[in-house]
Amino acid sequence: MARAAAVPVPAWSLAGGQSHVIGRTLTYLILAIFSLVMGFPFIWTISSSLKTPAETQFFPPQIFPAIPQWDNYVHVFVAQPIAQWFLNSFIVAGIAIPGAVITGTLVAYSFARFDYPGRDFLFMVLLSTMMIPYEVTLIPQYLVFVQIHWVNTFLPLTVPAWGGGGAFTVFLLRQFFMTIPRELDDAASVDGANSFTVLWNIIVPLSRPALATVAILLFLNTWNDFLGPFIYLNDPHLFTMSVGLRFFQTVPESLNVPQDNLLMAATVIMSVPSIILFFAAQRYFVQGIVMSGLKM
Amino acid sequence: METQLPAAPAPRRGLSPRRRRHIISGYLYLSPWIIGFFLFWLGPALASLVLSFTTYNIISPPTFSGLTNYVQAFTQDELFWPSLLKTIYYAGASVPLGLIGSLAAALLLNVKVRGTSFFRTLFFMPSLIPIVASTILWAWLLQPDWGLLNGFLYRIGITGPRWFESQEWAIPGLVSLALWTSVGGPRMIIFLAGLQGVPEELYDAASIDGATRLQRLWHVTLPMITPTIFFNLVLGVIGALQVFTSAFVATQGGPAYATWFYALNIYYQAFQYFNMGYAAALAWLFAILIVVLTWLQLRTSKSWVYYGGE
Repeated sequence: MARAAAVPVPAWSLAGGQSHVIGRTLTYLILAIFSLVMGFPFIWTISSSLKTPAETQFFPPQIFPAIPQWDNYVHVFVAQPIAQWFLNSFIVAGIAIPGAVITGTLVAYSFARFDYPGRDFLFMVLLSTMMIPYEVTLIPQYLVFVQIHWVNTFLPLTVPAWGGGGAFTVFLLRQFFMTIPRELDDAASVDGANSFTVLWNIIVPLSRPALATVAILLFLNTWNDFLGPFIYLNDPHLFTMSVGLRFFQTVPESLNVPQDNLLMAATVIMSVPSIILFFAAQRYFVQGIVMSGLKM
Repeated sequence: METQLPAAPAPRRGLSPRRRRHIISGYLYLSPWIIGFFLFWLGPALASLVLSFTTYNIISPPTFSGLTNYVQAFTQDELFWPSLLKTIYYAGASVPLGLIGSLAAALLLNVKVRGTSFFRTLFFMPSLIPIVASTILWAWLLQPDWGLLNGFLYRIGITGPRWFESQEWAIPGLVSLALWTSVGGPRMIIFLAGLQGVPEELYDAASIDGATRLQRLWHVTLPMITPTIFFNLVLGVIGALQVFTSAFVATQGGPAYATWFYALNIYYQAFQYFNMGYAAALAWLFAILIVVLTWLQLRTSKSWVYYGGE
């Protein structure tokens, strides 16, 4: 203990108790700068979406529009079939996510609770598929989907989700199932429950947070997905929101009137569901990310 | 109904009922993944390997061409090596900067001050924006003539670069987009969890020994969170090498192939030029590259990742 006193604490060090206030102020200052960098693009996007076409091209740019053009949020639905794209994205998510969660639960249950030859090897195979780029399977999949006339339907975007829901879903659920004490299963088995009853009455109710997390992450991924819908959907009325937004970005402007304000409004509209979902389920969300990161 | 007897020694021939039940039920519950794996993963992956040894343009049936596609990639495709180098440049810039940024943000949020949950939420927001939306937003922010960033630079007396319209600045533009969307995202949350797992006693012991804040960071915090750094590094490299959507939406690979990353080369070969056999070969080379890089990281991890704390 005496040694501590002998070591001089440098003046710039924030370790000492006296410099507590300075350290705290400095922390807040850096946090504030960080926040500004992270937050400002949002403010800029929203303010751009409320400008007139002329205002979007002022230089140097004005942060806020003279009069917010709330009408832009109406015009954008007329300019492009955004309502349809929005609906399409929800249809894809509505078919793919239940499939991924249901089959992912079954598969994770198998990995977490059953003992059979090849289980650990298959689990390693599952994890390795996470590493392999999408492009490796994309081309033959596309060629087959062309043959069976699945192009320009939602089937290529939804049916594969029913095959276990992807490596990440299975991994996360398996990790969670492993934390549920096996004694609970065994007790139920003694009472005459079969394995499906155990899954349905014990594992699933106890895993609600993990199932919610997986469903949220799957929604964000589906909502985010670009390459799949871009390759499989050619008819603008079938576009999902990501493909639609990109299409909107590339269409020539009508009568040389820039549509950047409307494009920004569409960008805001597309981001709203993800943000709402995040705030509604923030707790699960953080928990799920941490769970996936720490136990690997 | 089967009863849960203590596992009796299994007869030498045949399996105990309990074991048989495990095998049958186990595979039954596994079956959705097995079917999905064969139909949507292994089958296509093998088909793509076979395809990589053929010339196939969709119109006429594939013809066997041996190693032609692979030779073409290494010697004739003028975009192969540049696309690989650009991808490495992108990953080499965005992964280390992203790791440092996320770790710095996590360290700041790990300080016990009021309002950290507000800041954490704010930092996390950009990662929630769908990638197409965030790319369009970023292209608008970096718009050379009336974008916010160049407007700001103008006010402080600097003429901003042409960003996505310039060959030199297009990749830095994409790296900055990747940083904005990922620094406060899942990676930061994982770092935060790692930091919270460092035992308080270690800091106390270091302080008693007179360690400054920086010394504690360097000698206690960083070694203790090397597993988390490693996890984020491996996932970061895999993700960054596969960069596609942001470059495709922002620049379509341009200007003058400046952002023609490896995944864009595959996409254009397959779906614009319909060189399906060649694109399959490119995809397999890509997979091999990623597997080798991941394996190398796993191998070298033993020398710097410290698992004692877990």
